[in-house]
Amino acid sequence: MKNRAITAITVALLAAVPAAALPSRGAWSTAQLEELRALSLAALEPLPADPTNRVADDPAAADLGRRLFFDTRLSSNGRVACSTCHQPDRHFQDGTALATGVGTTGRRTMPIAATARIPFLFWDGRKDSLWAQALGPLESPVEHGGSRALYAHVVAEHYARDYEDLFGALPDLSQVPRAAGPAAAGEVASAWSRLDEVQRDGVTRVFVNIGKAIAAFERRIDPAPSRFDDYVAQLVEKGSADGLLSTDEVAGLRLFIGKANCTRCHNGPLLTNGEFHNTGVPVRADLPADSGRLAGAAAVLRDEFNCRSRWSDARADCAELDFMAAEGAVLERAYKVPSLRDVAERAPYMHAGQFATLGDVLDHYNLAPAAPAGQSELQPLDLEPAELRQLEAFLRTLSSSSAVKGAVARDARR
Amino acid sequence: MKNPRRFRHSSPRRILLILALLSATGTLAASERAIMQSHGKAAKRPAEAEFGLGPRASAQGRFLATLEAEKPLRPRQLQQIRVVVTDRDGRATDDATLTIDGGMPQHGHGLPTRPRVTQRLGAGAYLVEGVRFNMGGWWEFSVTIAVADVTDTVTFNLDL
Repeated sequence: MKNRAITAITVALLAAVPAAALPSRGAWSTAQLEELRALSLAALEPLPADPTNRVADDPAAADLGRRLFFDTRLSSNGRVACSTCHQPDRHFQDGTALATGVGTTGRRTMPIAATARIPFLFWDGRKDSLWAQALGPLESPVEHGGSRALYAHVVAEHYARDYEDLFGALPDLSQVPRAAGPAAAGEVASAWSRLDEVQRDGVTRVFVNIGKAIAAFERRIDPAPSRFDDYVAQLVEKGSADGLLSTDEVAGLRLFIGKANCTRCHNGPLLTNGEFHNTGVPVRADLPADSGRLAGAAAVLRDEFNCRSRWSDARADCAELDFMAAEGAVLERAYKVPSLRDVAERAPYMHAGQFATLGDVLDHYNLAPAAPAGQSELQPLDLEPAELRQLEAFLRTLSSSSAVKGAVARDARR
Repeated sequence: MKNPRRFRHSSPRRILLILALLSATGTLAASERAIMQSHGKAAKRPAEAEFGLGPRASAQGRFLATLEAEKPLRPRQLQQIRVVVTDRDGRATDDATLTIDGGMPQHGHGLPTRPRVTQRLGAGAYLVEGVRFNMGGWWEFSVTIAVADVTDTVTFNLDL
């Protein structure tokens, strides 16, 4: 806590000093140096509170959430857990174009680090809290494939004591079938409709609390420092950082904050503005039509579990939802700007794994093709092949060290 | 996706394409369309004296407006701004309807959120909530002030 407070004070002081008053560092101007510092983890602010989740910062909830995260009993076939796709030793993703649970989805698995710091989740932002997000895959017929009644039973059978310590008494599930839920089709949905309101509310309450416990676990996962962060820290502290990055990597960084325009969207210490943009990413012919944020914005407004819902612990403070852009042509095929932290470890790229390599991604941004629908915000960059290689070299400096990655994975599995 | 640079569009073709798309996209919000058509990469950053929180006069000189924020405005955070409005003689204007718009003239995009007045605070002050700037740099933040049959707009230049 003390370190965090000191960091916060340092950040506040640095922010208060006009850039011109800082001495310049090496080949970087004072303004550029300030820009670099704003991209480094030193500029990461304290984790924001989640008033919609009463147990967000409760260590007992995080511990329960960790066990639920790895539990394959929370699936229709007993073989799928959150960790099936969000693999701790792979930056909580799975390295495949389309996520596969009990079936195959239409989207690329997103990493988990720092998601508690982003207002809208999923590639289309159709959820507005980490706990509401966690509930989506559980009821998806192609991910965990189960129903909320199944999950309530699993909690009652295997986690009753820890659950009740945190959330109070479990509901009476003796008359609730194991397969019943509103998101399913056929007999599972019929079984749900035959339950009375008290039974349905009881089951949904347990389901929501599963999400809140998982969110308490996930919100502790933050990105780890990379060589880029070490470079910036040393530049700021010592005035030079010779040898920490290669000439090509530094040249790539210069392009990143300069003529490649990357920081238009990939800004701040997470290297994302948390927004949605149409960058003309191609359609995959094997997937249904996908309007991205346009559908996601509509979905989060009507979501059963959004900040304004009765399942949220803070219905009065929902500014993100209240002031979001819910309509407009710019939302068409706009997708979440992902964090670039550990980006080199997370091929393939884009919301449905359209690009196999970082080189393919950079070629796309350089060319800026017209969007398949809506309007791409990109302009051609006219970068030379050597510059593209330098940019890629810089992106590879954003990977956290393998020792740190191993520690994160061990801690998650503890 | 190999060697995509072979297919690079020439500039005139791109401009034609953009114009065609703009004319075809009838559903663009009026403000987005205005910003995208009137600006672009060529938009020139105003002189330093044109930046700041005001007081600043409206386009037709009917009002003065000043922005006030509890904390310095920052990129990415959802923020609140108080807008204080007076007539040209400095008298507080309490009965106005305020509409917020803005964007980045050099990048051709609007505000990422839909900020609006949530409280009239008295003495010409209005609380605007839901303001976000999704990157650093030059932003326009415009406040359109409507009182009875008078409508005028104050445009602030902000450096995030």
